[in-house]
Amino acid sequence: MSIVTVQLGQCGNQIGHEVFNTICSDVRDTHGLCSKKENESYRDASKERFFCEEQSEVPVARAVLIDMEPKVISQTLSLAARSGYWKYDDGSHFSQKQGSGNNWANGYSVHGPRHKEVIMDLVQKEAEKCDRLAGFFTIMSMAGGTGSGLGAFVTQCLRDAFPTSFLLNHVIWPYSTGEVIVQNYNSVLTLSHLYKSADALLVHENDVVHKICAQLMNIKQISFKDINQVIAHQLGSVFQPTYTAEGGLHYSRNPLGDLMETLVPHPEFKMLGLRNIPQMPENSLAYSTFSWPGLIKHLRQMLIANAKMEEGIDWQVQPPRLGSSIPSSHSTNKPLHFNTSIANLVILRGKDMHSVDLGSFQDPSLYTSWLNPKDAFHSWKTLRAFNKYEKSASLVSNSQFLLKPLDNVVGKAWNMFASKAYIHQYTKFGIEEEDFLDSFTALEQVISSYSSL
Amino acid sequence: MAPRAHYPPPQPLPDPRLSPLQWASAGTRWAAASGTWRCGSTPTSTRSGGDGPDIYKGKICSLKARALLIDMEEGVVNEILQGPLRDVFDSKQLITDVSGSGNNWAVGHKLYGSQYRENIVEKLRKAAEHCECLQCFFIIHSMGGGTGSGLGTFVLKLLEDEFPEVYRFVTSVYPSGEDDVITSPYNSVLAMKELNEHADCVLPIENESLFDIVNKIHQMANSGKLGSTVKQNSLITSSAGSAKTAQEKPFDAMNNILANLLLNLTSSARFEGSLNMDLNEITMNLVPFPRLHYLVSSLTPLYTLADVNVPSRRLDQMFSDAFSRDHQLIQADPKHSLYLACALLVRGNVQVSDLRRNIERLKPSLHFVSWNQEGWKTGLCSVPPVGHSHSLLALANNTCVKPTFIELKDRFMKLYKKKVQLIIITSVATNHEYLALLKQILVSQRSCLKVTAQDFCLCYLKKSFQWLLLKKGNLLIDLYIPGYILIVFSSELVSDRSAYQLEMD
Repeated sequence: MSIVTVQLGQCGNQIGHEVFNTICSDVRDTHGLCSKKENESYRDASKERFFCEEQSEVPVARAVLIDMEPKVISQTLSLAARSGYWKYDDGSHFSQKQGSGNNWANGYSVHGPRHKEVIMDLVQKEAEKCDRLAGFFTIMSMAGGTGSGLGAFVTQCLRDAFPTSFLLNHVIWPYSTGEVIVQNYNSVLTLSHLYKSADALLVHENDVVHKICAQLMNIKQISFKDINQVIAHQLGSVFQPTYTAEGGLHYSRNPLGDLMETLVPHPEFKMLGLRNIPQMPENSLAYSTFSWPGLIKHLRQMLIANAKMEEGIDWQVQPPRLGSSIPSSHSTNKPLHFNTSIANLVILRGKDMHSVDLGSFQDPSLYTSWLNPKDAFHSWKTLRAFNKYEKSASLVSNSQFLLKPLDNVVGKAWNMFASKAYIHQYTKFGIEEEDFLDSFTALEQVISSYSSL
Repeated sequence: MAPRAHYPPPQPLPDPRLSPLQWASAGTRWAAASGTWRCGSTPTSTRSGGDGPDIYKGKICSLKARALLIDMEEGVVNEILQGPLRDVFDSKQLITDVSGSGNNWAVGHKLYGSQYRENIVEKLRKAAEHCECLQCFFIIHSMGGGTGSGLGTFVLKLLEDEFPEVYRFVTSVYPSGEDDVITSPYNSVLAMKELNEHADCVLPIENESLFDIVNKIHQMANSGKLGSTVKQNSLITSSAGSAKTAQEKPFDAMNNILANLLLNLTSSARFEGSLNMDLNEITMNLVPFPRLHYLVSSLTPLYTLADVNVPSRRLDQMFSDAFSRDHQLIQADPKHSLYLACALLVRGNVQVSDLRRNIERLKPSLHFVSWNQEGWKTGLCSVPPVGHSHSLLALANNTCVKPTFIELKDRFMKLYKKKVQLIIITSVATNHEYLALLKQILVSQRSCLKVTAQDFCLCYLKKSFQWLLLKKGNLLIDLYIPGYILIVFSSELVSDRSAYQLEMD
């Protein structure tokens, strides 16, 4: 089954490009440290998912590029074409002359309705190219105007036009400071609207990825390209083909559906986080070896201590003993920041993965009480190594990991809202104070749901 | 009597990358309404005159500036038309008169406003029709005089009526304390009211600051302290380029700072970058409340570094400088005032990690308003200005603009309280009516101001800068003067009479 990627705004288009680049270069890897047959079926499955090969020689990405400003898209298109290994469809992009100016209301209430028909036509055309459509993967940021505002609008339109398809929104969480001043307003509006229409939100925080670039990838002068590459790697490690437990001998057909089924058991909880291990500079890879138990142990601790990367994990955090109702009843000085999960998915790629014991993830104390741990944990596996990493493990988790950032964003936005700063910029385009209040309420509900786990 | 706020047009920009040509070919279109004040205007963008932009031997051939040059006298505009930039303008873009506005806001705003309204609208429309996507008007004017401040703010209002969707950015040159236009506080305050209501964004500039910066650069370049790392001519002040004329006018260096300000402001719309920042994002991020739209700007680095591989310390220095008092384009100290919001527009080889490091470093020393503790907006444009490896334009919505405005108000009140009454006659049909009115005024003023027979009023006739003495019953007024004069009644001015007479020469 195929996924149609919708790239929105500067951020979405830049990341989308890196994602296709990563997938393409991974697929081009001829041996992938597995049998030839294995590698071929992996490649076919991946190509079907992300590319179509009609008349053209190189694969064409199943993507729709949307921005309200021409520079980024033209750059993205030509970069892809120049790579020589894949390209975007010449007809499946839409751009305007003037951006949304960081104004969510401009994207949502002005650009959205004005260009709805053109955009939905493009999406429709792209969807019709798929033999079987699995769903839509929308890449956008929350901070700006086009990605966030138009993104929220387009997601709604997708929901209306494709009521049975899966919608996964990949959302970039802005740096806590220094990107866009109205980013907290835009984020609150985006999240509350996406929560209504998307099936799940997969979140990457810029701050976290920045840290990964600095500490794990050892990059001195970090550019947005570096950041986007890390994000693309992590996304690829989830969306490249794998075997699910039920799928038997075939690569999973429906990556988005499987993901939702596994991780989103309740419509109130749809925030997904992604962790990946190991990550290191490419030139260090050759000198490193990893053992599965080590990787799994780290990954598990990253989950329960809510560490976003393998360095600086708090090893003190332990799951609460079953039976004790209050997690912090331990006599340690440090308060426990235990991260309760609703559902987790571990994806293993590389040799010997059959021997891996994932029992530690099935511990009932990791999960909320209302879901059977057997239903709450799943694993996908493949022998095919991913993107030059001999072994790699990814964890997609629906847990409390985003509670603090979300609370921060809502708090800061509320603080600004209380003084009515910048509100006039939104009312100018038809987003009134009441809309803000509705969004605040919706997110407070999400926060309280997640904190009561 | 030459007011100091003179801005001859900035020199043409030396490198094709910065030349107006690129402004057009980058695909983003502006129209610029340059309300020239007493002197000059800045071309802010160009449109293609033929099939495509064309450069021949470093000279722009087929491009026309997307600009409207307005002045109520002819000298400055004529100078431009004979200057090195003559090919960029044509007569269709000019609106001139012969008699000037006499440093009288009302003359510019009310009289010339209604007189030239149709003409201005028509020319604006024509310029706008050539734009694929009209994003912004830049208005460049001074506050102290008559044409720039009066007619300039009239054009601002006009733009709001005619193009309500298009952003209006105003670069205003504020008069300095020693300004020699007596009426400048009146003109400025009247213009301020218009700016408050009709502009989306105002970038106040003070001559003194520009002057200090120019001096500082000269000192740095001449002291040799920085040795070979500093080129003799900074790009910001000098225009060592193709179209440069032999003699450099004293204001050229200062004007170039302004030109660079506008270039950096629009860089992200013209060139690629990893974090675009369009013009509409500036108002969105920096204007929390509609009328608080005065942005203090600073440019760094001021000198061109010879060494392109910049060590990190020097890069960090660029960020520190942007917040220092010396680099602000008005006399203000943002560091010790309250920030409402701050934007950093970076060009060149600077990455997001450099930005973040510097924001983290500078944040503790800056005060932000409680509801906007993280009020930072950043833009990264990958193409640096010519001759630099990187550059930074900082825009701050900061309470440090207050002293400038307070000073203006004080000067206004001083003039006002001294009973220096300005009677501004804005519509007079005939000389007969005018004389009658004048007599009437003299009579009424005498009664309320106890003007004696020896008192006199100064008629400041703008065009020839002549001062005429009006004695009671003996009106020495040339009957051919235009019907607009500014009369100053004051007994206190008597003592200043000699001073004024001196200036007549």
